[in-house]
Amino acid sequence: MPAVSGNSLLPDAARAAIRESTARFPSGRQRSAVLDALRLAQDGNGGWLSVELMDAVAEELALPPIQVYEVATFYSMFEVRAVGRHCVSVCTNISCWLRGGRELLKHLENRLGISAGESTVDGRIFLKEEEECLAACTGAPMMMVGHCYHENVTPDEADRIVERLS
Amino acid sequence: MDLVHVCMPPPDAERPWRLESYEGRGGYRVWRKVLAGELDAGQILETVKASGLRGRGGAGFPTGLKWSFMPGDCEQPTYLVCNSDESEPGTCHDRDILRYNPHVLIEGMALAAYAMGATVSYNYIRGEFLGEPVPRFLDALDEARAAGLIGRGLGAAGIDFELHPFVGAGAYICGEETGLLESLEGKPGKPRFKPPFPAQSGLYGRPTTVNNTQTLACVPAIVEKGAEWFKSLGPPNSAGTMIYSVSGHVERPGNYEAPLGVSFNELLEHAGGVWKGRKLKAVIPGGSSVPVLPAAIIRECTMDYDSLSEAGSALGTGAMIVMDDRTCMVSVLRRIARFYYAESCGQCTPCREGTGWLYRMLTRMLEGRAKVSDLDLLLSVANNIEGHTICALGDAAAWPVQSFLKHFRGEFEEKIRSSRPLARRKEAAYA
Repeated sequence: MPAVSGNSLLPDAARAAIRESTARFPSGRQRSAVLDALRLAQDGNGGWLSVELMDAVAEELALPPIQVYEVATFYSMFEVRAVGRHCVSVCTNISCWLRGGRELLKHLENRLGISAGESTVDGRIFLKEEEECLAACTGAPMMMVGHCYHENVTPDEADRIVERLS
Repeated sequence: MDLVHVCMPPPDAERPWRLESYEGRGGYRVWRKVLAGELDAGQILETVKASGLRGRGGAGFPTGLKWSFMPGDCEQPTYLVCNSDESEPGTCHDRDILRYNPHVLIEGMALAAYAMGATVSYNYIRGEFLGEPVPRFLDALDEARAAGLIGRGLGAAGIDFELHPFVGAGAYICGEETGLLESLEGKPGKPRFKPPFPAQSGLYGRPTTVNNTQTLACVPAIVEKGAEWFKSLGPPNSAGTMIYSVSGHVERPGNYEAPLGVSFNELLEHAGGVWKGRKLKAVIPGGSSVPVLPAAIIRECTMDYDSLSEAGSALGTGAMIVMDDRTCMVSVLRRIARFYYAESCGQCTPCREGTGWLYRMLTRMLEGRAKVSDLDLLLSVANNIEGHTICALGDAAAWPVQSFLKHFRGEFEEKIRSSRPLARRKEAAYA
């Protein structure tokens, strides 16, 4: 796979991880690694993807930039605008809805002074758009902070969880 | 009701996700037989066919039949893909297989790949599982590889079996098998036309079979204990067990693995009954995409393919969403409609536009801006999505609307009549 040197926006560790991901696919199928590559790029950039960063991924994988943009804008775990450092998602889909998921989201909106889809002004917390089912339905209501699931969450616990985020 | 563990580890197993624990309870015995050259591909295929195993991802298609669509002798690579993109609302058992019993899945994938003559496999795991299920699965892969259970030229038989993880990035539609394959190729997960079916042209245009996590997790036990044993666990047409994800208004929500064919009442009782001493109003028995059933009908059902189908619904993913007598069915349907609106991939007009219509019309009903005659329009929009799209997401958006109106139309009419304009009661309307 072509690994273009001097691609300074992606740290070496991310580029090595992208090469490792590419190796899982047949030769010439490096496009399959674009989801992994975007995730690595986003994780190294405070949780969002700039156009320059997506272009760097395209260069790293030798893809036309449009093939990277269309993926970055299709999947819900990619953000293409600056957001808060910690991504907080509250599931409000059916099983969580029935056990207070929406009330939990409203509680956090009030507490943080933002609506779902917005970040706090200090750049600390991004409250994700009303979240769809995260497959923890038997622990409803649930919320996800970064990649960590919290289940059977009460409003008080939600407060404690977001307070701990620095 | 007795719990029977085929896919889930026994509850007393310590660190059941470790190789040591899995092998301690008989794991990898069958795969090691294959590697020793003592079991051939045809035997595995015939056993799975005869067992009556049906796909646990929702459609219930016979697994052995699906495998037999793969071309026998053809040049490699051909692929097996496991669908761990679990995202059907109400469903959360594949997450537990990945967390607590990852080796049963790896062995199931090894046997399935071998039976179909595929040498490379991928497990597509949803991106939100990065915290716990993905690391568990990766650790299990490392263990299995180190033990000579994954790789090239394995055992005396010299078998090739590669298994790679793939992590998604958040899209319900990637649970649809051809959307999943698009995603695996690094594209937006927009489903493909069928035919050609994946067995003819799948991943990178090569013959491919996609099976659900729980389906594959059943395979080692079936091959070891035999087709008759598996069949005898459930009623006719519904062989084996199901991990029922019981959620919503019950005292003890949970994943309970039990034979297919258990009565709904027993399962509800096992989950502690309806919470807070309230009465049962309705149940969605197989994930949000299947039709809702009112209490009087579901009370008579057993949890299997035929019983729920005869009652006008489906077993789907076995995710049972329970609603008590205080539930507002209009609010619930609006939330379900929002989901399909948000998750439509947008390539088919009836689904892209229709799901938005459904959501906005239901919103109007709750905000006091609808007429009773709008219910006919709502149904007409749903009917015009159903059957008119490339994949089943359109049907899944239509079925809840059709079934909620079939069983609870009176409540919808009452809601429309009693709801006042939004300005006066915005909060109350959503309560």
